Amino acid sequence: MTGETANVIEVRGVSKSYGGVQANTDISIDVPDGMITGLIGPNGSGKTTLFNSIVGYHPIDSGSIRFQGKEISKLRVPDIARLGMLRTFQQTRIYSKMNCMDNMQISVSHRDTSPFAIFALRDRGEIVEEAERLLEFVGLYEKRFLISGDLSFGQQKLLEFAMALMNRPKVLLLDEPTAGINPTLINGLIDRLKRANEELGVTLFVIEHNMRVIMNLAGKISCLAHGELLATGTPDELQNDPRVVDAYLGAH
Amino acid sequence: MTSSASLDLKLYGVLIAVAVLVPLFAPNYIQTVAVMWLMILMAMTWDITGGQMGYNSLGNVVFFGIGMYASAIVQISQFSDVADYTASFGAIVVDFTPGQYFTGLGLGLAAGGIAAAIFALLIGPAMLGLRGPYFAIGTLGLAIAVAELVSGWEYVGGGGGISMPVYPGPPAAGPFTFYILLGLLTLAAHLFVRWLYSTQFGLAINAIRDDEDKAEAMGIHTNRYKTIAWAVAAFFMGVGGAIFGNMSGFIEPLEVAFPTTTFGIFMVAMALLGGKGTLWGPVLGAVLFHIVKQVTWTYLLGWQWVALGAIIIINIVYFQQGILGWAQDKWPEAFGLTVDRGGAARPAAGEAAE
Repeated sequence: MTGETANVIEVRGVSKSYGGVQANTDISIDVPDGMITGLIGPNGSGKTTLFNSIVGYHPIDSGSIRFQGKEISKLRVPDIARLGMLRTFQQTRIYSKMNCMDNMQISVSHRDTSPFAIFALRDRGEIVEEAERLLEFVGLYEKRFLISGDLSFGQQKLLEFAMALMNRPKVLLLDEPTAGINPTLINGLIDRLKRANEELGVTLFVIEHNMRVIMNLAGKISCLAHGELLATGTPDELQNDPRVVDAYLGAH
Repeated sequence: MTSSASLDLKLYGVLIAVAVLVPLFAPNYIQTVAVMWLMILMAMTWDITGGQMGYNSLGNVVFFGIGMYASAIVQISQFSDVADYTASFGAIVVDFTPGQYFTGLGLGLAAGGIAAAIFALLIGPAMLGLRGPYFAIGTLGLAIAVAELVSGWEYVGGGGGISMPVYPGPPAAGPFTFYILLGLLTLAAHLFVRWLYSTQFGLAINAIRDDEDKAEAMGIHTNRYKTIAWAVAAFFMGVGGAIFGNMSGFIEPLEVAFPTTTFGIFMVAMALLGGKGTLWGPVLGAVLFHIVKQVTWTYLLGWQWVALGAIIIINIVYFQQGILGWAQDKWPEAFGLTVDRGGAARPAAGEAAE
């Protein structure tokens, strides 16, 4: 888009291998502040590995990852989360034996490190209101007292998204947010992702296989193939890039 | 949540009524009911990490023993050098004035709780890095190792044990005092745990139980919560051990202070029986377990272990969620697990059909 926006995440020359498998090779990607950035690529092209590297799930072999200008490639997962960068999981992860409200209430930001914060009563008015508002936002308000593990897969994905918003992150990394969601609900989800970005100011970095979704959502998209960065550009540019078409989109 | 608060109040009322009525009408049962308070305390504090946080410890009895020995050292050092006292094998007997005895007892109980909690805070970060079965086996090993170390520690009498200071006053007064102390401790622990579960802390340890990796990914200070939760359990176990040591009059490492194969396993079995991860499940489990244990010891001597084993097997095979967990599955509406279609909580017609 403008090209002048500051980058909230800067990935530079990141490589990561698992044993003999080179999952990421010398990848450099920028995530501009306040925008929605997409990440596409065939299965096994290293998208989730890159996400895991960014959020500190495993150490990287080489390269640098900066979040708001601060080097984070040596930090651990909870430290990075407390800086304001969260991720959702491809295989949805929620607290499955707790009800939806409790899932939401424990997802508040943990940036307040004062020793007494952990003993604050859970049913505080402002937290309950915020939780109810966000559950309403994703359409789960009526189910808020149900055990979250009993929800359908799609509803669990929506809950996980709402939990992430409850944390008021600066950046949210979404790993295939529409996978397993009923096609008729996908439009609603796209709308909610856009609103989270515009109204709540959350920068989104999204892995997605559904081309209609990602072309609709993202201002800028990067495409990986075989662990390497193939191309970066606007949705139109990528759709007309022969290398991307060849590797991923397929010739029509 | 008002309905659950009033239910809690009724249950506290029942327990307090039992506590008052037993000495009045069944004084012969004071000792056994005192042990029941202790078993409730054990099941409940085990459940803080076992049920609510998903860390199944098989070695929480280590805190019980540490509390017991810490109180013994503090109480004996009031009047004698501990090494001299243990070396004399009971030759040193001191007649306390009640003032001296109760001062020592008070200090001993505090020392028991604090020593156990400090031990948990020191060893917690290492032990709680183990997950699932590794934590269970690791904690069991810890309890056995500490018991062995104490057995070889001559300062506290080694395997020979220590005689605790003798209770001053008529013979019946001692058991009654310890009955009251254990009852009060158990009530205080339950109120504390109930408050703890109503805070963010309670939600955080539940989150760790359900998905610790997710909790980390959400920025929860998982190590901090885990260690504090274990230390809370340790504190109450430590005070409980200190009281029980005084009640027993004589303590030694393997049978009294670190009974891994009896109390150490009972506390797990009781919490599982009543329903782990619930506020009242461990209490219910402990009461039932203790009643069965006493009845079989009295009327089926020789078969008591078979009966307890059968309970554990039926529990594990047929209803792992325990009595309260089973009830919650059967009547979810009664536990507030409903679809809220309006504002007011009204029973939905569709629910019954399910």
